[in-house]
Amino acid sequence: MNRAGLHHRTNLLWRAALVHRLSGLALAIFLPLHFWALGLAIDSEARLQTFLRWTDAWAVKLAETGLVFLLAVHLLGGVRLLLIENFAWRDGQKQLATLAAGISALIAFVFLVRAL
Amino acid sequence: MSNARSQLTVSLWRGGEDGRYQSYQVPLRENQTVLDVVTWVQRNLEPSLAYRFACRVGMCGSCAMTVNGRPRWTCRTHVSRVADRGRLEIGPLENLPVIKDLAADMRPFFEKWQQAKGAFAPSKTRADPIENIRPDNAARRAADAAIECINCGVCYAACDVVRWNEDYLGPAALNRAWTLVNDVRDTANVQRLEAVARSGGCHACHSHQSCQEHCPLSLNPTASIAGLKRRTALAFLKGEVEA
Amino acid sequence: MNVRLYLAQRLTAAVMVPLVAVHLAVIVYATRHGLSAADVLARTRGSIAWALFYGIFVLAAAIHAPIGIRTILMEWSPLRGRSVDAVATGVGLLLLAIGLRAVAAVVLP
Repeated sequence: MNRAGLHHRTNLLWRAALVHRLSGLALAIFLPLHFWALGLAIDSEARLQTFLRWTDAWAVKLAETGLVFLLAVHLLGGVRLLLIENFAWRDGQKQLATLAAGISALIAFVFLVRAL
Repeated sequence: MSNARSQLTVSLWRGGEDGRYQSYQVPLRENQTVLDVVTWVQRNLEPSLAYRFACRVGMCGSCAMTVNGRPRWTCRTHVSRVADRGRLEIGPLENLPVIKDLAADMRPFFEKWQQAKGAFAPSKTRADPIENIRPDNAARRAADAAIECINCGVCYAACDVVRWNEDYLGPAALNRAWTLVNDVRDTANVQRLEAVARSGGCHACHSHQSCQEHCPLSLNPTASIAGLKRRTALAFLKGEVEA
Repeated sequence: MNVRLYLAQRLTAAVMVPLVAVHLAVIVYATRHGLSAADVLARTRGSIAWALFYGIFVLAAAIHAPIGIRTILMEWSPLRGRSVDAVATGVGLLLLAIGLRAVAAVVLP
């Protein structure tokens, strides 16, 4: 526990970095499941189809929406980092980070609307 | 308001790493800085309080402390701007060992400065003509943008990567390395790029930009570190440094 | 090692930018145009294009993710040096193996 008590992490860019890190971690954990599910098709199309029927549940659709958001936000946050690291400095990092989160939420919302 | 506040409740860190916060009542005045408050406590209530300051006017960076969770220069922080409903919590700078009370041990900060090869390595003697460097030259502009650092340690205290990774050289050391990398007179750039390319070097930065946000001189170590990332990558691809 | 890992992670990230964009587009398209196994496989079976697309995607992810995990372990866990590298390498090999298997599963005719 640091001396100043819990720091108030009000820095938006710190939160953007945290979102980037946690979304990457979540995707890394999800990916083996994703690959395993698709690999079911090696046995037969029926096996994959049985699994996919289960994903019709709305709770699963909600989870998928979350995953779409995580993928989009990790992508856009990563693009922002690639820009910072490889091109001339531009101010407005906070706006870019907010924009990235906003666009990700939009993409996830579109997915949700189409999936339900 | 009829009950205008006349006192501040100030919590000051007392002791070493295993110390604790101790509370004092300090008269509230108009135009009071946090340094004024600490000084008042030491002179009137707690003669044994240890703290650092020098110039009192925002030039030397000695008075940096953690004020209500953020590292700041206490001589340039008005109480009215930071007091949270009449309360102040003041501690030594984070990410550094505590010597006593509000004085942090700056040695790790400066050791990392050296590890990042933050010292100029000359190539000429006084007998040689002066190097002709145009101030509008791109490298010089890059160096000038970062050169004003006075090693106050605020960025180091604000940086989460410093907190998470004990090997991390930190924003100030890397920022200084960047100014030297851009100095055409310097001769130690191969060693310097290798120094900032190893574990705990520039690649550990995640661009949180807490350094930039807290720097009292509005410097941008994140940008300097991004420059180092590019330079080390280029040098590595050209075979000039060993990764 | 650091510069190599840094470059590997940034390069695979850059490679994946268009791949993820396409993948998201496919996902959003597929939610209306067919998500059953038959639909998915009808699009991908026997397709060299999808084989290349997803093959490269898996390879890039299998390099990119472990480097990120390595950083998280080094900064947030008490693990150090060798054990961190071992875990990261393990994750990479796992992703590569089951990832390529998944690509084969949907692409082989």
